[in-house]
Amino acid sequence: MNSSNYIARHVAALPKSGIRDFFELVAKMKGQDVISLGVGEPDFVTPWHIREAAIYALEKGKTYYTSNLGLIELRRAISTYVEQHFGISYRPEDQVIVTVGVSEALDLACRAFINPGDKVMFHQPCYVSYSPSVVLAHGDAIAVPTYAKDNFALTAEALRAAWQPGAKLLMLNLPCNPTGGTCSREQLEKIAEFCREKDLLVLTDEIYSELTFDGTHTSIASLPGMAERCIFLHGFSKAFAMTGWRIGYACGPAPLIDAMMKVHQYSMLCASIIAQEAALEALLRGWDSVLKMREQYHRRRDLIVRRFNEIGLKCHSPRGSFYAFPEVTATGLNEKDFATGLLAQEKVAVVPGAAFGDGGRGHVRACFATSYEQLIVACDRIERFVAAPRSERLKG
Amino acid sequence: MNPVLKLLLEGGSLTTAQMAQVAGLSVAQVEQHLEQLKKDKIFLGWHPVLDLSREAAAAAAVRAVIEVKVTPERGGGFNRLAERIARFDEVESCYLMSGGFDLLVFVRQPSLQKVAAFVSERLSTIEGVLSTSTHFMLRCYKEQGFLLDGGDAPSTRLNVAP
Ligand SMILES: Cc1ncc(COP(=O)(O)O)c(C=O)c1O
Repeated sequence: MNSSNYIARHVAALPKSGIRDFFELVAKMKGQDVISLGVGEPDFVTPWHIREAAIYALEKGKTYYTSNLGLIELRRAISTYVEQHFGISYRPEDQVIVTVGVSEALDLACRAFINPGDKVMFHQPCYVSYSPSVVLAHGDAIAVPTYAKDNFALTAEALRAAWQPGAKLLMLNLPCNPTGGTCSREQLEKIAEFCREKDLLVLTDEIYSELTFDGTHTSIASLPGMAERCIFLHGFSKAFAMTGWRIGYACGPAPLIDAMMKVHQYSMLCASIIAQEAALEALLRGWDSVLKMREQYHRRRDLIVRRFNEIGLKCHSPRGSFYAFPEVTATGLNEKDFATGLLAQEKVAVVPGAAFGDGGRGHVRACFATSYEQLIVACDRIERFVAAPRSERLKG
Repeated sequence: MNPVLKLLLEGGSLTTAQMAQVAGLSVAQVEQHLEQLKKDKIFLGWHPVLDLSREAAAAAAVRAVIEVKVTPERGGGFNRLAERIARFDEVESCYLMSGGFDLLVFVRQPSLQKVAAFVSERLSTIEGVLSTSTHFMLRCYKEQGFLLDGGDAPSTRLNVAP
């Protein structure tokens, strides 16, 4: 039996994530004193009161399935939060669905809205799952480039240039993983206008919105007339340091949420009740912790961006997220040689930007969700690496 | 707020050189801030946070907290007696409290006998001290913001993740 004959063509054709290769490389260095700036999650453990609420839920015997849409108390809390923080109102009864992370919400949206061959636009560099989620739903993914000169903000001009007839959906992620790019309100308004003109449905992934350091975050779904054509995706992983709990949600017009619910109902049934209970506690009483963590990230951002620029790695100050995305070409190395050399010579892991799409070439992603002590040492090591002779640096 | 004071209040374990990096200042500027805080009598000194249950720290491992009732005095209230008690070297901290007693006194000594001697010979014989109630600390679980054993397990965060 030839097992490869059994793998669906579109799955077989899917490239492996570039992150995966690098993960293997770092894993080989186990036991050595590697400082990793290669992660995509907070270094903080989930705040204790949230963990404690989950323990309490278990003690009380909360071990059942929940409604497909998720616990109504949690959906109410989500609705209140989204209204207060983003100025968008969603009915908890039929416009909110709790999912297994934003990851599942993305997948549900793709499967619920894409017909084979439908075109989906997304900005690049971006989160590694976007294009594969579209492809797995038999859609065609159209990358829209963002540029370092714009601090990786998405512009309506770039959207217009990339647009093709048959485009149906636009995926947005602001602040963006891996670039930290955001859009000003004016830029968002132009994007919104373009979406109305081309009748695009927007999936807006707001997972880093609470980690906005300068100014206030605006969601495209809050702009006049946009709520009806937006699916608002958000979750607990980043702001509440809850990556392992796997809770996210989608909000949007009832018929669209209902379509997503159909897929969810037959594939996932519901998200874990214990994690939903923890998420409820997070929304009700977790804000002090969120603010404290945000302040830490803010100062770490200032530290790493300042150091990168001092070292000669040109780096814009990301308005949000916990990623710095410096350009490394001034060192005479491409992003891959830079990351491999840095790992081998100085034991600091960063992710080559091309893992996030072609637009990431020439850059690396450095996550600053790491203690001050580690960040300071990592920056010193990077400085030494950049100053070393080229022949040394290339020893991978 | 003074950026150095902010870092001190967070209670981490940064050196002044690390503080400089975090706050985006030079080491000299951090030291200037510290000087100013000293002048303003806000920053009084460094004090290490130690796990006294470790063998190596056993020299001062016996700690007790003493509830003290005193007679307040016309004019000074509790201050004169509190200050008098606070001056003993045995006393680490001393607070005026609301509730069922007046002063709460933290002491740390190499042995139980030494604490007992302090209470019976020095503290309770002060004129104006009505009663004392001494509680020995058996085990510390959290010290000034630091969890001792039993905190979170070492991080299992992946080194590279999307
Ligand atoms: C932009 C973006 N969206 C979604 C996710 C996945 O989030 P979740 O943990 O909620 O599935 C991530 C995680 O790295 C992300 O960076």
